[in-house]
Amino acid sequence: MPLPLFTAGDDPGPDFASLARRVGVLSSPDLNPGAVPFEVAHGTTCVAVRFADGVVMAGDRRATSGNLISHRHIEKVFPADRHSGVAIAGAAGPAVEMVRLFQLQLEHYEKVEGAPLSLEGKANQLSQMVRNHLPAAMQGFVVVPIFAGFDTSQALGRLYQYDATGGRYEELDFAATGSGSLQASTVIKLGYRIGLGRDETVDLVLRALFEAADEDSATGGPDLIRNIFPVVATITAGGFERVPDDELRGRFEGIIEDLRSDRGGVEGGEVQ
Amino acid sequence: MTAPFYVSPEQLMKDRADYARKGIARGRSLVASVYAAGVLLCAENPSRTLRKVSEIYDRIAFAGVGKYNEFDQLRIAGVRAADLKGFAFSRGDVDARALANQYAQMLGQVFTHEMKPMEVEILVAEVAAVPASAVAQGTDQLFHIRYDGTLVDQSDFAVLGGDAEAISERLAAGWNGSADLGAALRTAVGALAGADRSLGAGELEVAVLDRDATRRAFRRIDDDAVTDLLAAE
Repeated sequence: MPLPLFTAGDDPGPDFASLARRVGVLSSPDLNPGAVPFEVAHGTTCVAVRFADGVVMAGDRRATSGNLISHRHIEKVFPADRHSGVAIAGAAGPAVEMVRLFQLQLEHYEKVEGAPLSLEGKANQLSQMVRNHLPAAMQGFVVVPIFAGFDTSQALGRLYQYDATGGRYEELDFAATGSGSLQASTVIKLGYRIGLGRDETVDLVLRALFEAADEDSATGGPDLIRNIFPVVATITAGGFERVPDDELRGRFEGIIEDLRSDRGGVEGGEVQ
Repeated sequence: MTAPFYVSPEQLMKDRADYARKGIARGRSLVASVYAAGVLLCAENPSRTLRKVSEIYDRIAFAGVGKYNEFDQLRIAGVRAADLKGFAFSRGDVDARALANQYAQMLGQVFTHEMKPMEVEILVAEVAAVPASAVAQGTDQLFHIRYDGTLVDQSDFAVLGGDAEAISERLAAGWNGSADLGAALRTAVGALAGADRSLGAGELEVAVLDRDATRRAFRRIDDDAVTDLLAAE
């Protein structure tokens, strides 16, 4: 590979995607616009919630193909850069590829320009990438991300939801995506209060994912046998930080204990 | 019709080299030095915005002296080459040696074929992940590339710029691969300044490649931290 040099008028600037297309490392996103769409089932639950110090993002670990579980510990929540994260729902292959390109896009910009993009700029970049993906989405390979981060210029957490056409919608309190998003967002809606602390917010998103997994077969719940837990991350002024699995296990055990003591209708039990 | 003057190839190359050297000597110098916890990059640079030292990839940094627009163009090309390679293959496949070779090829090409050689000297530094005790074995790499494409690799320290010989002598006297950051910085600044000058944080640009970093190892040291490090004895 030769050193990628360009003349001043022909320079691709800090845009990695257009650079990669220019040198042929990245192919153009449209597949076959005339093709008949085929059904691809998508399942996932990812959520992002704003709290006092920033945002919490979380996503389950299950990948499905039809009614089979194809992967038990896929990750759907990724750091985008130091102060932001991205969670994905939709077709796994293109979604993971989109995240990889997005991460690199942000890093490339930061290195070429010598300063990071603003949070708004990052959200817009992702919007363009989802928009570029539309031809594939029309054929069933939809990718619907959530983007969240800590806005260092305003010192607050912000979140953005997207649709398949690249539409970008800033949410104030929480956002959810994927097949279990309805259940998850209902749980969050009921439990959300302004200025929640970190621990309460982590508990809230775990409860939301738990209920989503309870109702939606394509969302994986906590797997205490294999030690697989959702990916949960906090993004604050200190940066993107994964919540360790040991902590998640403890919190899930608390949730399960609460549910066990509260609930009637257990098989073999009596309706009171 | 006038016949073109004959210029011997030796003379032609010498003129070009002189031209490039003069251009480089006009700017201020830069020191890269291996210390216990990584690689220190210290440039004499009063500007806070036009950088001489910057990040290329996870464990690779770039430094340049001479004509700013020329070495900045090389820096961006390096970032592009590294990011493309990491995207096409894997992050672990990006290494300083390959990049240094690409730079050397390109500078050599420009030196012999273009109207004007590039008036730059650049450095590609890579920090190894091994613990500090192995520093003496020369695992960190400093590739020093000159205006004519000459490529030199060093594993202790490198000096770029017009006054390189004198600075190298001073640095060699005080250099110690197991020094901490403060000691390494004081040695580097002392070498850059010489006996009859002293340099403060405002005239320095300081960055490190941190050996213990999990991914992006490049970190700038701000003025306040530089002042503290220079003051501590």
